[in-house]
Amino acid sequence: MTTETAKISVQDVTKTFELGRETFTALDRVSLDIADHEFVTVVGPSGCGKSTLMNILAGLETPTAGRALVDGAPVSGPGPERGVIFQQYALFPWLTVRQNVEFGLRTTGVPKRERRSRAEYFIELVGLERFADALPKTLSGGMRQRCAIARAYAVDPSILLMDEPFGALDALTRVKLQEQLLHTWSRDKRTVLFITHDVDEAVFLANRVIVMAARPGRVYDVIDVDPATERNEEFRLSPQFAALRNRVWHSVYHQEGRTAVPSPSASARS
Amino acid sequence: MDPTRPQKEPPMSVLDQQGAEERDPVAGKTPDEPAGADAGGGPKAVRGREPARRRGLFLVLNAVSVLLGIGLWWVLAASGFTLPTPPQVVSRAGTLISNGTLAGDVRASLTRVLIGFALGTAAAVPVGFLMGWYDILRGLIEPWIQFFRTIPPLAIIPLAVVIMGIDETPKIFVIFLAAFLACVVATYQGVVSVDRTLINAARVLGAGDLTIFARVVVPASTPFILVGMRVGLGSAWATLVAAELIAAQKGLGYRIQNAQLYYDLPTIFVGLISIGILGLLMDRALLLAERRLTGWQERR
Repeated sequence: MTTETAKISVQDVTKTFELGRETFTALDRVSLDIADHEFVTVVGPSGCGKSTLMNILAGLETPTAGRALVDGAPVSGPGPERGVIFQQYALFPWLTVRQNVEFGLRTTGVPKRERRSRAEYFIELVGLERFADALPKTLSGGMRQRCAIARAYAVDPSILLMDEPFGALDALTRVKLQEQLLHTWSRDKRTVLFITHDVDEAVFLANRVIVMAARPGRVYDVIDVDPATERNEEFRLSPQFAALRNRVWHSVYHQEGRTAVPSPSASARS
Repeated sequence: MDPTRPQKEPPMSVLDQQGAEERDPVAGKTPDEPAGADAGGGPKAVRGREPARRRGLFLVLNAVSVLLGIGLWWVLAASGFTLPTPPQVVSRAGTLISNGTLAGDVRASLTRVLIGFALGTAAAVPVGFLMGWYDILRGLIEPWIQFFRTIPPLAIIPLAVVIMGIDETPKIFVIFLAAFLACVVATYQGVVSVDRTLINAARVLGAGDLTIFARVVVPASTPFILVGMRVGLGSAWATLVAAELIAAQKGLGYRIQNAQLYYDLPTIFVGLISIGILGLLMDRALLLAERRLTGWQERR
């Protein structure tokens, strides 16, 4: 894939932070191309700079060196074509579900009637229609995250940047939301960059799993998952999934000695 | 819809939603809420129901406490302490009400407190916002706020009298100062403690600085501002009596001072009780506003 055709292109991006007298390298010459409609997951140990990478693409942080391109243009601040979903939901607690979903539509000047109907559509898409006028404090974690997803979708971004969106949820809710997310994505394909620390989640969702390493944060490994695979329970329990998971698992947890990839002693967790 | 509109949320709708969820557990509309939903929803529902019962109990306890207090006062007065008895105070209150003195004093004091308090908060909120939003302004303003905060408003009175004369201006000024200082710090705290993630969320949804300010920072700091206003109101009342030492002709503080000269204990009591009741009423009004405006907050 060439940079010209890439939806998202990260080119030699380095990001350093000054921590007192020390310099912390969050990202070290990271390069990465993501095609249109691709679902890419990024997994790695804490401190590998995966959230920094997302913040740079979201336009919330600027790279120290290198550049990030979206649709061929350098990222300079947040934009409506990039929707962001945060781990802590980041719903406005003083607004109802509907008002939250309409927030981005108001800021982009969508007229009231259209705002209403679009919010309605996306609230229904995530199954919150009976809670449209509820405040976030009355919702469970899973419902809050679904509301955040509807809010991001409502402004119709072509890219979704998701920073450990299901990280704070229990395992059952998480599996449900993963399936819902894929369902929504398959109906309405967008380019997704999904950050997670959960190997299973990374494998289950992705067309491509990017494994990052820490100190300094860098791309360590890239594992492709056949996009034709249907993502369902069958896949989750299949040997194919187990093999992929093993592969990613080793990549994430055995980075020190770079030769350790197929080490039978520490295989899948149970 | 206005984002700052008071959210009429609390208990009822929580109950409604919990109920709705329970009525429809297998329809699959909320499939991602397994056991967790009940565990998380249960306490909320209970919390929604409890206040009604609890509030009743609380009111009874409050009433009992007030009666006990008055009883104790009566016993002390009857047993030789230099205190007027409750009936003496009530009858003095009757006299002061019927001859219009109390109404005049209340009006004079309330006017001072309300003007000082209104001006104080009206100035404090924008200044607090500016300090929280712009580091430069914070650096310029903060030393003065911290400095004046260490000076009791009462200590300003002599200066205020010399500079502003003896009419209403110095009285209102010290009340203004008391309310302003309490509220400005709270507002500033509110702005700097706005969750970064919320600001980022607004930015990625296309909000510019102005929108972020109006639709995120202002509502997010409202709870802090209201707490600041309540503290400011307390300071304003606390300053009132002293402010009315300055050549006042009217006012509850003046009345108390005046009664002291004549050893008129019942009048002092009427004045004190009036100040207490008025302060309490105003505090309740602010508390009500706080509940309405910040009902969206998650409380423990």
